[in-house]
Amino acid sequence: MKELKVQPIKNGTVIDHITPGCALKVLKILRIPGDTGGGSIISVVMNVEGGQGKKDIVKIENRELKAHEVDKIALIAPNATINIIRDYEVRDKHRVSVPDDIVGIVECANPSCISNASNEPIQPRFTVKSRDPLRIKCFYCEREIEDISDGII
Amino acid sequence: MHFTGRDIVSIKDLTREEILHILSVAEDMVPAARGSETSTLMTGKIMASLFFEPSTRTRLSFAAAMERLDGRVIGFARPGGTSLQKGETLADTIRTVESYCDLIVMRHPQEGSARMAAEFAEVPVINGGDGAGHHPTQCLLDLFTIQKERGDIGGNRVALIGDLKYGRTVHSLAYALALFKADLTFIAPEQLQMPREVVEECEEHGASISFETELNGAIEDVDVMYVTRIQKERFPDPEEYKKVAGIYTIDTDLLERAQSDAIVMHPLPRVYEISPDVDETPAAAYFRQAFNGVPVRMALISLVAGVVE
Repeated sequence: MKELKVQPIKNGTVIDHITPGCALKVLKILRIPGDTGGGSIISVVMNVEGGQGKKDIVKIENRELKAHEVDKIALIAPNATINIIRDYEVRDKHRVSVPDDIVGIVECANPSCISNASNEPIQPRFTVKSRDPLRIKCFYCEREIEDISDGII
Repeated sequence: MHFTGRDIVSIKDLTREEILHILSVAEDMVPAARGSETSTLMTGKIMASLFFEPSTRTRLSFAAAMERLDGRVIGFARPGGTSLQKGETLADTIRTVESYCDLIVMRHPQEGSARMAAEFAEVPVINGGDGAGHHPTQCLLDLFTIQKERGDIGGNRVALIGDLKYGRTVHSLAYALALFKADLTFIAPEQLQMPREVVEECEEHGASISFETELNGAIEDVDVMYVTRIQKERFPDPEEYKKVAGIYTIDTDLLERAQSDAIVMHPLPRVYEISPDVDETPAAAYFRQAFNGVPVRMALISLVAGVVE
């Protein structure tokens, strides 16, 4: 009998098709667990074989993530899908898309940028330069960030 | 076109039409900038001039511009002795200063600082240079100079020469010239060539671009030679610097091979890049260019303050 690596969940959210190796960064971006994770059981599977090659999967039980919460992860996992599960059935499914304004998720790689000044009351902020391939630039210094996943706060 | 209350942080905040409007207002300001007419456009208004980094031309020409418009200037020329040295944030400094003035002009060593100041200030903020970032008023005065000296902007073949990698003025200027569809030649040692993202942006606007590593053979057809200073500290080996600095010097011998009506521009200060014997030739546009900073800044001040449409 084929062993199931991930048990189906009754209620909650499944983030599927995450770029392999990025599941933990996805959780970091979503700040889960933490205040928003509550007491949910979270399962993480990495490098699992899927239809289109390897992928990571994250399952969060008893919590339905809103699209605007999850879209942020498109920065590092542009092919991820969000599945809302109710009573073991997929009730809603959508692909993530990068928000136009990316605030407080990625830090600017330019050490001379004002957003890296420790005492100024601002959050790092990026705007989308192109969606495919994904290129983002700092709202303040306008430098493009070379490695987005490296800049995740 | 609406300028009242606007921030001027980057040349990219302006459309081609808006740039042309600023240059046309600047042209109207020339007699007052020379002192041959008097202007009272900014009577009773105060400009805060916050220079967190030393500057001669930008700071003085902004002050001269405001004085020529009969306005007043408050501020500082270096951060020493200000509340920033006591650890105050730039955001707090801006929020405090804006209650004393009608507009803010600032230079700050950190990139993006002017954009941040503009977010916090209700009054207009004009960027006088943010580190290696933007310097839009320099760019506008460069465009004004090209337009005045050559009749228009777009129809010119412009060579940008020297340190194209770190020189902030050439990045904004290359972008703006591309907006006007000028032909561009980037002449620089390989390690100081124009950054990829600037080249890409110019290409997006349909500019025709060529790259050269030597002046010889590259300047014969150009209308404008825009020279920038190659800084010694960019070269780990002093001998390498000497070699490069020598190659990129404009002198009268070189000018003889250029077109008779070509002009030489430089944001100044210059060191070795332009030989003093060029000063006496009609091609030397750099001191006229320095003067043009005054009418251009008068135009910007008046437009963002809403005293000129």
